[in-house]
Amino acid sequence: MAADKTARKKHTQALRENVAHVLFALAACICILAVALICLFLLINGIPAMAEIGLPEFLFSTTWRPTADQFGVLTMIIGSLYVTAGAIILGVPLGLLCALFLSRFASRRVARLIRPGVELLAGIPSIVYGFFGLVVLVPIIRNSFDVQGMSILTAAIILGVMILPTIITVSQAALDAVPEHYYEGALALGANHERCVFRIVLPAALSGIMAAVILGVGRAIGETMAVVMIIGNQARIPASILDGARTLTGNIVLEMGYAADLHRGALIATAVVLFVFILIINLLFSVLKRRARL
Amino acid sequence: MNDKITKQAGGEARYRHRSRIHSLVLRGLVYLGAAVTVGVLLFIVGYILAMGVPHISLDLFELTYTPYNVSLMPALINTLLMTALSLALALPLGLGAAIYLVEYTGRGNKLVGIVRITAETLTGIPSIVYGLFGLLFFVTALGWRISLLAGSFTLAIMILPIIMRTTEEALKAVPDAYREGSFGLGSGRLRTVFLILLPSAMPGILAGVILGIGRIVGESAALIFTAGTVAELPGSVFDSARTLSVHMYVLASEGLHIDKTYATAVVLLVIVLLINTLSALVARRLTKGKTDD
Repeated sequence: MAADKTARKKHTQALRENVAHVLFALAACICILAVALICLFLLINGIPAMAEIGLPEFLFSTTWRPTADQFGVLTMIIGSLYVTAGAIILGVPLGLLCALFLSRFASRRVARLIRPGVELLAGIPSIVYGFFGLVVLVPIIRNSFDVQGMSILTAAIILGVMILPTIITVSQAALDAVPEHYYEGALALGANHERCVFRIVLPAALSGIMAAVILGVGRAIGETMAVVMIIGNQARIPASILDGARTLTGNIVLEMGYAADLHRGALIATAVVLFVFILIINLLFSVLKRRARL
Repeated sequence: MNDKITKQAGGEARYRHRSRIHSLVLRGLVYLGAAVTVGVLLFIVGYILAMGVPHISLDLFELTYTPYNVSLMPALINTLLMTALSLALALPLGLGAAIYLVEYTGRGNKLVGIVRITAETLTGIPSIVYGLFGLLFFVTALGWRISLLAGSFTLAIMILPIIMRTTEEALKAVPDAYREGSFGLGSGRLRTVFLILLPSAMPGILAGVILGIGRIVGESAALIFTAGTVAELPGSVFDSARTLSVHMYVLASEGLHIDKTYATAVVLLVIVLLINTLSALVARRLTKGKTDD
């Protein structure tokens, strides 16, 4: 009787273990399911539109005129690339210098003061950045260059600030990961602190820093709300960085609210283009991350 | 001979001198970089506070929103609802996934590799793509309409990799002796996970949750087409509800209540500051726990 009871108890326990095992495995598969669903829904809604417009026309035409059923996203691709390049040009040197400071120059106390600041920079919602750009930066650009003010330059400056925390955190991790004896070896050979850091530690951390840049590119190209508020959103090829432009993300958020039929399909296809960019960036990032052993 | 030596010494001195200038320039650049970064942060935060704090008034916190008094209270409550719902979805899934990856699978398991790659992919997807997916899947295909529920499911997918990642790290940091001790006393795997491992990993998990909350509070692009912009308290989970970030976006793009927009930005900043402080406190407890071992 007692033996029977323990056997039953053991049985229910084994059952419970197995159920839990299956449930945990299912939870782990949610990520796979989510990515599959996202790909599937973007593709089945985007591909038909791409086919109807014609892929070459969609990718290489510079006219986006929904009222005339003309859908070419090249303008938006160029807009996104310009803004992202601008953000990288402004954000990477600044972020890298700050990372060098935190990793190799700052005293512990100073670093402990600055780090929460970097975290705050990362935590500020993009809408606040966009609003700040709108009320502060747009008037400055307007008055100093005598232009409309909403421009690639404006968006690039704000995006450059927005990617700072990413650049700083990842490159600092890369700099911190350089073995201490590299630095000490150089010091022992008579090089001074700056020379050791810039000639030895910095090159050794290069692939990690590249990973930071790639991650920054991903952030910048995917940012939506901050950019939409300050870039002007004109769907034409910009002639200078003081012109307005429209990004891929902006195109989606501006028109999705009222689009229908082919127009709607074309916007989803825009997201497919963005998604492909992001996948390439992700791939590059994971390759670099592996090489940097971050 | 003597001449040659002096010449050499002179060259060396010149070289030293040049390299010292070089070093000074580099050092100056590094300090400048840090100073500019801090300066930019202080300017943004200071500007928003200076413009916003004077406009914070009690009527901003009235329970109903009207076009004349753009109260942020409904949006604030919606943000809390959205956060609670998204976490209720993402937390069990993230915990379960992390437990499976760390405790139930061996090294080199194929599924683990795929899960990790997809989780990394999810981390990189921009929020507007999440928003579009939410619109296509939850809102349209599942017929949930633009609603609190559709928004929270979208956000749950977005923060899932964050919670998974941090829980994984936290579980990995639990010493193996804990597992061996528990197994040695006759507990099964499940019991070990829930009574030993999860409690020890709690600070790490909490850090992930806080990170996720920060992401939810700041999110706007993923919510505009999934949770919508209705500035009232929802009657059910199938009603549209704007969160605080979306509220601020609508105010900023309408451009009618600039003062109130500043005030809303201040409230958002304060929430972010609170979240960051909380996460710093948790992180401190985490490192303290480590030195105790």
